[in-house]
Amino acid sequence: MEERLRRLMAAALDGNAASYRTLLAEVSERLKAYFLRRLGRDRSADTDDLVQETLMAVHSRRATWDRDRPFTPWLHAVARDKLMDHFRRNRSRQTVPIDENDVFFAEDGSGAAEARLDVGRLLDAIPQKRSDLVRRVRIEGQSIADTAAATGLSEAAVKIGVHRGVKDMSREAGVEGGDGDV
Amino acid sequence: MATSDLIDRLVTDLAPVRRGAVARRIALGIVAGVLVSTVGMMLTIGPRPDIGVAMATGAFWMKFAYTALLAAIGAAAVVAIARPEGGVRNAALAGLLVLAACALLAMLQLTGAPALERPTLIVGETAAVCPWNIVILSLPVFAGTFWALRGLAPTRLTLAGATAGLAAGAFGALVYSFHCPESTMPFLAIWYTAGVAIAGVVGGALGRWLLRW
Repeated sequence: MEERLRRLMAAALDGNAASYRTLLAEVSERLKAYFLRRLGRDRSADTDDLVQETLMAVHSRRATWDRDRPFTPWLHAVARDKLMDHFRRNRSRQTVPIDENDVFFAEDGSGAAEARLDVGRLLDAIPQKRSDLVRRVRIEGQSIADTAAATGLSEAAVKIGVHRGVKDMSREAGVEGGDGDV
Repeated sequence: MATSDLIDRLVTDLAPVRRGAVARRIALGIVAGVLVSTVGMMLTIGPRPDIGVAMATGAFWMKFAYTALLAAIGAAAVVAIARPEGGVRNAALAGLLVLAACALLAMLQLTGAPALERPTLIVGETAAVCPWNIVILSLPVFAGTFWALRGLAPTRLTLAGATAGLAAGAFGALVYSFHCPESTMPFLAIWYTAGVAIAGVVGGALGRWLLRW
């Protein structure tokens, strides 16, 4: 396996597109298994994201693989790095308040109880299409372009959807005029 | 986006990569940095006025050898840590060996000197400015090594930052040795090493922030 991947990668670095395609397809299968083992079945959405992130990293950093060195350890190090990034992101997602809180509480003097406002409940209370966009862009941090590609909407429609979603959530939270900047 | 679509996109974007691309990028960053640093040294503090005479002495070439060896080891270490699976164990060993040799020569010179002369052997006349001048002269190389690593794939960011900083410090020290009027081994072993080490600590602290990709 190592020998085969190595030959494919060496050919890819020489500019052979067919070898590169075969390599990326095989690598993505291996990455999927690798991330699934570490995240568990219930996180298969994250797994797909991680596979794609790692493929992009393999692509953009392919020059750092040396033709005279084994390929698998290189790939493993890249995948492990993306996995660590993922864990780090998730931890910070749980402990760092997301910035929409500023919008919700900007005019609010009612104190700490409100500060525990459940963003998930607000997301559930607004139209599902918009909450989906807010979730992707403002909570998961996907780019406008990626979200547009994933949902089949135009980028402008995504921006408007997020903007209106946040506005809806502000209304749900009882904050007047708090639409924030999208 | 489906993974197969992504693969299509990446394949379309494929361009050949030449052998030695990593080393070439790092060399570019370092050479550019050393050039800026050298010009900066020439225009500000300048080379020592007696450089012609000094270049006929062993002391000048000891400083040159110490800093050039550390710089070469540092450059090799940056190349190693630029790979995602890379480590710097060999380079660290080589660097410590050079440091140990320098420290040994310094000890010999100290113990062979009359007690009254020893403090002068250690602090010379420029100990207070030497490490800082080295750090300042290392800054352009620092920018070069960090620029190079940002386009490559280090995964141990603190270690990579420290490596890039130490390498930059060693090149800064090499440039500084053309200005520095000191000529004793204890001075070299302590103050030059201090300058390089400071650059390494700064690099280590910044690695996590500057080298993420």
